[in-house]
Amino acid sequence: MSYWRFPLRLIPDNTNLPFMKWARIRTPISLALIVLSFVLFFTVGVNEGIDFKGGTVIEVHSINGPADVAKVRGIVDQLGLGDVQIQNIGNENDVLIRVATQPGGEAAQQQVVEKVRGSLSTSEYEYRNVEVVGPRVSGELARTGTYAVLFTIAGIMAYIWFRFEWQFGIAAVATLVHDAILTLGFFAATQIDFNLTSLAAILTIIGYSLNDTVVIFDRIREILRRYKQLPIRQVIDLATNQTLARTIMTSLTLELALISLYLFGGPVVQSFTAAMIWGIFVATASSIFIGGPILVYFNIRPRPGDAKVEADAAVEDKTGDTSTVAGA
Amino acid sequence: MLHFPRWQVVLILGVVFLGFLAVIPNFFSKDTLTNWPSFLPKSQMVLGLDLQGGAYLLYEVDKADYTAKRLTELVTDVRKAMLDNPRIGYTGLGVQGDGVQLRVRDLDRMADVRKRLEALKNPLDASLLSAGSVSEFDLSISDDGLVRFTYSPAGLTQRMRQIIQQSVEVIDRRINELGTTEPSIQRQGDDRILVEAPGVGDPSRLKALVGQTAQMTFHLVQGTITADQAAAAIPKPGVARFPFQDNPSLIYEVDETPLMTGEDLTDAQAAFDQQTTEPVVNFRLSTGGARKFGDVTAKNVGRPFAIVLDNQVISAPVIRQPILGGSGQISGNFTVQTANDLAILLRAGSLPAKLTIVEERTVGASLGADSIRAGIAASIVATVFIAIFMVVCYGLLGAFADLALVANNFLMIGILTTLGATLTLPGIAGIVLTMGMAVDANVLIYERMREESHAGRSTLAALDTGFRKAFATIIDSHLTALIAAIALFELGSGPIRGFAVTLAIGIICTLFTSYLVTRLIVSFWVAWARPKVVPL
Repeated sequence: MSYWRFPLRLIPDNTNLPFMKWARIRTPISLALIVLSFVLFFTVGVNEGIDFKGGTVIEVHSINGPADVAKVRGIVDQLGLGDVQIQNIGNENDVLIRVATQPGGEAAQQQVVEKVRGSLSTSEYEYRNVEVVGPRVSGELARTGTYAVLFTIAGIMAYIWFRFEWQFGIAAVATLVHDAILTLGFFAATQIDFNLTSLAAILTIIGYSLNDTVVIFDRIREILRRYKQLPIRQVIDLATNQTLARTIMTSLTLELALISLYLFGGPVVQSFTAAMIWGIFVATASSIFIGGPILVYFNIRPRPGDAKVEADAAVEDKTGDTSTVAGA
Repeated sequence: MLHFPRWQVVLILGVVFLGFLAVIPNFFSKDTLTNWPSFLPKSQMVLGLDLQGGAYLLYEVDKADYTAKRLTELVTDVRKAMLDNPRIGYTGLGVQGDGVQLRVRDLDRMADVRKRLEALKNPLDASLLSAGSVSEFDLSISDDGLVRFTYSPAGLTQRMRQIIQQSVEVIDRRINELGTTEPSIQRQGDDRILVEAPGVGDPSRLKALVGQTAQMTFHLVQGTITADQAAAAIPKPGVARFPFQDNPSLIYEVDETPLMTGEDLTDAQAAFDQQTTEPVVNFRLSTGGARKFGDVTAKNVGRPFAIVLDNQVISAPVIRQPILGGSGQISGNFTVQTANDLAILLRAGSLPAKLTIVEERTVGASLGADSIRAGIAASIVATVFIAIFMVVCYGLLGAFADLALVANNFLMIGILTTLGATLTLPGIAGIVLTMGMAVDANVLIYERMREESHAGRSTLAALDTGFRKAFATIIDSHLTALIAAIALFELGSGPIRGFAVTLAIGIICTLFTSYLVTRLIVSFWVAWARPKVVPL
């Protein structure tokens, strides 16, 4: 036996953690985080990026050594473009110039780039990235973004409803809304640019949060069918414990992938991965501590004498045995 | 579950092999690929603008500008129709809000009015699918003599569609003339055009070529005034004012009706003037245009005429002698490049409406190259991390999962290559993320095997049940992720779509590799090693 001991167990077997009992700690913590996220969201607000706010972002790379931010600021300030932010990004040669939306419609935005290109010569600066989003497009992006998030939540609710019972659908959606709110809070707290990619991060987190929750729900349903007399609190605890290793392991592999992206993927995807790293962490915690446990507030135990459920369970056991024979 | 019929084995391995085959061309240059035998796949992954550098320009038809122009034209047409012999009296003709309005004085002749104005509704070619014809304008005539044309919503939609189609053709001709890059020009929605030009770091010239309406007209000049004078008085009827390109405070007053328009041109070429050696544009007129131009110049020797491009006078030469040959020359302070560009614009024709840029994104080649390097580095590190992690946590079975992961990568990139999907940086992030997700199915299966084995099942039964019982969960978790990917696709433009596509393809490949390929490997291993315990 000792020969097979080689694989490392990160999560010990047969854990028996009383997740339901931790409600007293868990509920206040998660409520506090939600409130904090809301407060941050409505006071500080997320740092809306160019996709939703419109405007111009220009990234230049100083060809001859480190860029002089003060000098760039002096030049750009003279162009009379209103609200302009200038900062170093990445290494000291790269400068990011942000210009707010100009009054005067779509054509006015175009002149910003022309003016900047005219004043920062290409012999000194290389234009690495230029983005101009007009007022109309930014409005649309914000709208389609909101629709996409709502569509995802509705689609997921419908799927869970179809695959499980409605109580599971509500529990799953509560969990993922919790995760989405906490991720928004993360954007507000860190002031990372909130762009289309950030929305993509939130959608991916929602997808993952659900993936995690569904695995636990699957197990809850299975135990419900098998042990008809077991109190619901114990069912949830048992299911969460049995799937704990999987939940943690999958999150860890995902986080490994994300951390490599964060460290090596370059500045373009960095804000996206930072949000994802946080989001996956939250999603994992919430599916363990929230998704399952809140099912206790719903009456999910199938009524005794529900013929279909019993028949299902019976069929399952039977096929299990036959395949064992076939396998051997 | 661990027994595979031979055809299934062949099928699974075949799919993996095909994926592998489809990936190969990405490692070779295009030149090498042309020499390959025809049965081998040759398509390569298309790199998005964010990876290879280039310009992304989204244009929108300026609807307000276009309708304003059309309504002004309609006023002229209505005036002409009403003044036709026998003339019908009216008052208050003009543009009112989004329509044209007038009041007929002679209420007895309303039937005649209706007949004359019905013709101006301007029926448009309806598309094949829609029944009935669509008119550009709706006409309402009330008994008290009030007549009103309004832009019909269906007409406007149809018009926009035509404008977009024409504009795409014009832009295509213009850019083809440029000849350097291979930009793509696509319709987007009802009133937008997307121009993507790979490798273009500074799109200034591209923008000048694509966005210019290039409406050229020739007008007889009546005189010149200063901008201050122009501001003081409105022009007389039939007179149009255009500023001089090189000096906007100089205003030309010209006949409103042009002598000729750009549509009369058949050719335009940049050249050098023989006397002054300045860059000029030589043009040639169509037969009809040449006759018209010959007549007008014969009658107006000694008078200047203005060459007007997009409401600006480029130059106003004096007609020294009748121009009968049907060819002429435009000079106007050109550089070699501006003369060249004007020639291109005149050859390609004018845009039917004004286009404005609503979104622009330009990525320099160096940033693109950095992104590719970063993406590759991140992918390799992630693969190594995950591979080690799986072996550490699941031993031999972890190594099997790693094999499946490699198959998954090949399959994914193979499918992306074959579909001709565009690889973007978020797309690479999607691939890396999928690797994290791909082993999830393995984790589910292995944890289940472990449980079953601890619950006292025999080794084979535990392996088998692990696969069987994890299946429903795997389907559930993958389908929900797929829903999110579809929403992302709907949400996204460019790079985000790339992310959604790789995520969706990744999810499907993962189902195949984690479930089928891993199971096949385990079945080979069971047949070969006959394990006594579940090695977890």
